[in-house]
Amino acid sequence: MKLVDNVTEHTIPKDTVGTPFSDNAEISVRNVDVFYGEKQAIHNVSLDIGKNEVIAMIGPSGCGKSTFLRVLNRMNDTIDICRVTGEIIHDGENIYAPKTDVVPLRARVGMVFQKPNPFPKSIYDNVAYGPKLHGIASRRTDLDEIVETSLTKAGLWNEVKDRLHTPGTGLSGGQQQRLCIARTIAVNPEVILMDEPCSALDPIATAKIEELIAELSTNYTIAIVTHSMQQAARVSNRTAYFHLGHLVEVNPTEQVFTNPDHALTEAYITGRFG
Amino acid sequence: MTNTNLTQRQIIEAGLKKRYRKERAFKAAGVISIIFGLSWLVLLFGDIIGKGMPAFKSTMIQLSVNLDADDLGIDPEDATTFNKGNYDRVIRNAIRSEFAEVKSRGDRRSLGRIVSSNAGYDLRDLIKENPTLINTQASVWVKADSVVDDYFKNYYSPQKPGHILTDKQLIWVNDLIDRDKVTFQFNKGFFTSSDSRDPESAGVAGALKGSVLALIVCLVLAFPIAIAAAVYLEEFAPKNRLTDIIEVNINNLAAVPSIIFGLLGLAIFLNLFGMPRSAPLLGGMVLALMTLPTIIISARAAIKAVPPSIREAAYGLGASKMQVVLHHVIPLAMPGMLTGAIIGIAQALGETAPLLMIGMVAFIVDIPQGITDPATVLPVQIYLWSDSPERGFVANTSAAIMVLLGVLITMNLSAVLLRKRLEKRW
Ligand SMILES: Nc1ncnc2c1ncn2[C@@H]1O[C@H](COP(=O)(O)OP(=O)(O)O)[C@@H](O)[C@H]1O
Ligand SMILES: [Mg+2]
Repeated sequence: MKLVDNVTEHTIPKDTVGTPFSDNAEISVRNVDVFYGEKQAIHNVSLDIGKNEVIAMIGPSGCGKSTFLRVLNRMNDTIDICRVTGEIIHDGENIYAPKTDVVPLRARVGMVFQKPNPFPKSIYDNVAYGPKLHGIASRRTDLDEIVETSLTKAGLWNEVKDRLHTPGTGLSGGQQQRLCIARTIAVNPEVILMDEPCSALDPIATAKIEELIAELSTNYTIAIVTHSMQQAARVSNRTAYFHLGHLVEVNPTEQVFTNPDHALTEAYITGRFG
Repeated sequence: MTNTNLTQRQIIEAGLKKRYRKERAFKAAGVISIIFGLSWLVLLFGDIIGKGMPAFKSTMIQLSVNLDADDLGIDPEDATTFNKGNYDRVIRNAIRSEFAEVKSRGDRRSLGRIVSSNAGYDLRDLIKENPTLINTQASVWVKADSVVDDYFKNYYSPQKPGHILTDKQLIWVNDLIDRDKVTFQFNKGFFTSSDSRDPESAGVAGALKGSVLALIVCLVLAFPIAIAAAVYLEEFAPKNRLTDIIEVNINNLAAVPSIIFGLLGLAIFLNLFGMPRSAPLLGGMVLALMTLPTIIISARAAIKAVPPSIREAAYGLGASKMQVVLHHVIPLAMPGMLTGAIIGIAQALGETAPLLMIGMVAFIVDIPQGITDPATVLPVQIYLWSDSPERGFVANTSAAIMVLLGVLITMNLSAVLLRKRLEKRW
């Protein structure tokens, strides 16, 4: 039974409630702990991310959402003091196994960041960078095609087709973020990780990105961190609630926002803390 | 209630006046400091320009010279004999023929002295360039001696007995002026010839070329090494005790007095490796040691300034560390690195002390043709000239300072422009 009055933002949850597992998992996370030096940022998280689903991760700031997301394509490798234990299975292999190469992993699990970060290159070169890097395409005509389809999928083609060779940094914030999405899908990943992709954008640009997420979910698995509960409600199939580095609850989005299983989740979505 | 409010407002208003007064005093102090600094700069430049401008002009005398091959003692068909010709005698004869009335030996000698003792070399060079002049009567402009030059530049000073025109020389010079055979024109030689014992013939070309050669060696050595070191330290080196020690030492190295680097060059490059003394190669290597830490420090700052978001974007697409560095970090840090390099090179350009240690302080008349030829550099040339007693060298010293400052300003300006241009691309 939920006893909302009994929980505070300092309450440490025990086990994950709801439905963290899936029969059709793209990525399976099992018993993952993440440490920054001595400090533990993620505590024993187990979760499946299903094929072609959009899973939203919400929670108070500092609860470890970004950390968890960055673990999924080993972006945290770039932080010296970061240490990960547990298993993350993608395509039958543990991505933290010693023999796993992060280069192909990151091509298959792409990432879109909080602040739009196009390269200081032309729009064309931004999108073509990934395919060139991995040798997916080297002929000009192949590259042209990849650039066009990626920009089209990102809903940016019509806006930029006449100025492909102008700097990507000259676009508006929303366009830059869609350019970053185009750049990510140009290497044809299976999973796209998005860390608060709209937090630097205005409402209209945000709406466009959300529309785009809905379209992309037919072809890609998407894990999105958001600080906006409305956004999580609009774009995701399932929602995971994190609290103090623990995964508290995973359930279908509608249930999380109308009838959560856990008292902490309810306290958060009703604005008791955040 | 109202009462206390009023007093509070009064307190604030009373304080306001004081605050504004302090603010004005603060501003005034800043303005005064700037005026103080600027006036010194104006004074310095005024002094240098005032002293140096005359060196850019020289007094020339027109002579009608008889370039008879036999008189010169050269073979018109054989250019190798041109060097051995007796050009001085031809010049002497020419000036004497202008004043046929001068007969006594002493007077004729003193007449010959109004033409520069280097005029013969200038005539030789002229004939080398135009061998068709041989066996003709040619009208040529030759440099006047520095005593005449000084007279025209109003340095005429009775306090220096050895350096003033005699009364007779004065009459001859004025006579030449009346006959329109004297001009005061741009001293091209200052930029085309090397050092000389005679101030009217001395130029900065040798020192300028020595500086350029030394700086090229310095840049070619220091830039790639510094970039490689900076990239390694910033991007690849583990953060541990050892790299901390390296970092501290690089910073210390930047603060080591430059003469120490000169001693190092003397001990290692000269004495141990036996490299050619006084050569720009050696000078450039010593300057490279000196500028390395400067470039490393600014290159590291430039690398640090590359936004982490760009690295993340590249890593996120699956770029390897080397690709991130080569594709993104180095291109984005390049303007900063180049600026650092130019600042380091500009520092090296003004450096004198370490070069004194490795013998770049010699009196060198030939313009260096390569990096192993003996040479001197601009600041050392300034030092050498400032030590010479002749009045003409005072002007040369200031003029050389103007050239040095001109090169420095050009370099710093190009650093600014380069950075602007490279940064504006996006
Ligand atoms: N690079 C890092 N070094 C050390 N601690 C970090 C680092 N990044 C995040 N943390 C810590 O990990 C915890 C989770 O952070 P984060 O994943 O950024 O939270 P969220 O994205 O939910 O706001 C925080 O306590 C934060 O201070
Ligand atoms: Mg975050």
